[in-house]
Amino acid sequence: MIAPRAAAPPPEQQQQQQATAQAKVSVRELNFFYGTAQALFNISLDISERLVMAFIGPSGCGKSTFLRTLNRMNDTIPGTRATGEVLIDGEDIYAPGLNVVNLRRRVGMVFQKSNPFPKSIFDNVAYGLRINRLTTNKTELQDRVRQALEDAAIWSEVKDRLKASALGLSGGQQQRLCIARALAVRPEVLLMDEPASALDPIATQKIEELIVELKKQYTIVIVTHNMQQAARVSDVTAFFWLGKLIEVNATEKMFTNPNEKLTEDYITGRFG
Amino acid sequence: MPTLPTPTSAYGARVRAWDWRRALSPTGNTGDAVFRAALFGCALLVLLLVGAMIAAMASNARLSLREFGFGFLTSSEWNPVSGQFGALPFIYGTIVSSLLALVISVPISLGVAVFLVEQAPRRLSRPITFLVELLAAIPSVVYGLWGIFVLAPLLRQYVEPPLQKWLGWTPFFQGTITGIGLFTGGIILAIMITPIISAVVRDVLAAVPVTQREAALALGATRWETTRVVLANGGPGIAGAIILGLGRAIGETMAVTMVIGNRAQISASLFEPSYTIASVIANEFTEATEAIYLSALVELGLILFLVTFIINAAARLLVWSVTRGTSGTARA
Repeated sequence: MIAPRAAAPPPEQQQQQQATAQAKVSVRELNFFYGTAQALFNISLDISERLVMAFIGPSGCGKSTFLRTLNRMNDTIPGTRATGEVLIDGEDIYAPGLNVVNLRRRVGMVFQKSNPFPKSIFDNVAYGLRINRLTTNKTELQDRVRQALEDAAIWSEVKDRLKASALGLSGGQQQRLCIARALAVRPEVLLMDEPASALDPIATQKIEELIVELKKQYTIVIVTHNMQQAARVSDVTAFFWLGKLIEVNATEKMFTNPNEKLTEDYITGRFG
Repeated sequence: MPTLPTPTSAYGARVRAWDWRRALSPTGNTGDAVFRAALFGCALLVLLLVGAMIAAMASNARLSLREFGFGFLTSSEWNPVSGQFGALPFIYGTIVSSLLALVISVPISLGVAVFLVEQAPRRLSRPITFLVELLAAIPSVVYGLWGIFVLAPLLRQYVEPPLQKWLGWTPFFQGTITGIGLFTGGIILAIMITPIISAVVRDVLAAVPVTQREAALALGATRWETTRVVLANGGPGIAGAIILGLGRAIGETMAVTMVIGNRAQISASLFEPSYTIASVIANEFTEATEAIYLSALVELGLILFLVTFIINAAARLLVWSVTRGTSGTARA
């Protein structure tokens, strides 16, 4: 496991260390195809528990595609195909016969554009609890909705209008509501696909503070275009380029003294 | 008495008190003003048309309106020989056949649309969508012919006897089985409006953002649960599609005339012949030689107009009251 804020060992050694430590998510030689076009090449990567891992890289480099392989959200796109292994707690999520519905409950996701349902604030957060039948008790349901809204730092803003439509909230509030909705089912891993890219700086700051707070309980993977954001919120950063994983390293090391020349060029703004 | 100073603009130019361009368009631009006037004219034309139709029908129905008054709506007597006219059997036939069509058609249409949008592979959904739209364009007289020669014998032989056997204890499936009647009329209408409702609902569901489906899937929703989210998103649009189908069913003439039996009576049994407003107008208009007969037929047209209007308004109100709570515009 990579200690946060510590200089990372060289990649080969680091790879070994990661493999031996308890990785929450372990990806082995993953290739991914949209039809005949290959989008990901031989990705191997370990994601440790209770840390924030950020994916950075230029547009079209495959970081969102990779994120979406972790809860098999790419399955919804016709003609896609994955080879290799993605292990979560040692279980291959691409194994035949795996229950995808169950997987997606364990691996929650927050999207780039906030996507609340056209329902009330309460019903949005309760949705996952209801469909997964996580609770049938009304009081418990209310408690868990409240807990999720508190965890997503939006409770104080919506507690007086839980029955109002979620679509009446501001953009930043809607995104935090979506985070609350994802948290309500208590996923083990939380995937965030550029969660703050459509938000203003103040709303972005709130989301970032929230991520730092949430990592105490969750394993978080975040895709971001904003390198300052990656530096602020993540413990480990992975750099993707043209569908390949170029470097994965402790965030501090990555942004001060990366191992790869390509990483340095990207981070210092020489391309991308 | 002092004269008022001539108004001037900020630059000292004289301002004319009234300018047609400024009155029509806030920019005062000639092109914008003409454009706006033209558009307003088009909209006005529609209003005038509706007004003219109501006026013409009311004026031609004057005789009948004066003779029978409100009783026209409640009387079941339709006897051209004795000069007695009542609209109730036709109103009943129109509403029951249309509702029957909706009851059959709506679940099937939703199923077709959901399959095309959510489940079918693209190479299957494209041609089926095309076929559905093609079905919607078939002339109704063709449906009518098919109804007489294929559908009616089929129902008489294979559908109506079992229905009577199992559900004959209810008042709806009693009487002689002929294959011609309200039941067949409702089914032919259902067949005719299913392509329309399916096509519109398909467009509505296809317009639901992918992000809504992903939101549900990411929370561990099954396909069925995801579909329910999509349907909830398309709610107002689906209601609109159903209203459109209902409108077509109420006004449909030829196909229904050919299979409904054309007898002015009110019977609880769906197997009995019935009559719709549109059918009676089409059938009897040419033989209406007396002024009061013609006037009664025109009044039926007026009623058809009103029934359509009321049903549309009620449906809109329903949609509005259901969606009021949930549809706010998203703010970014």
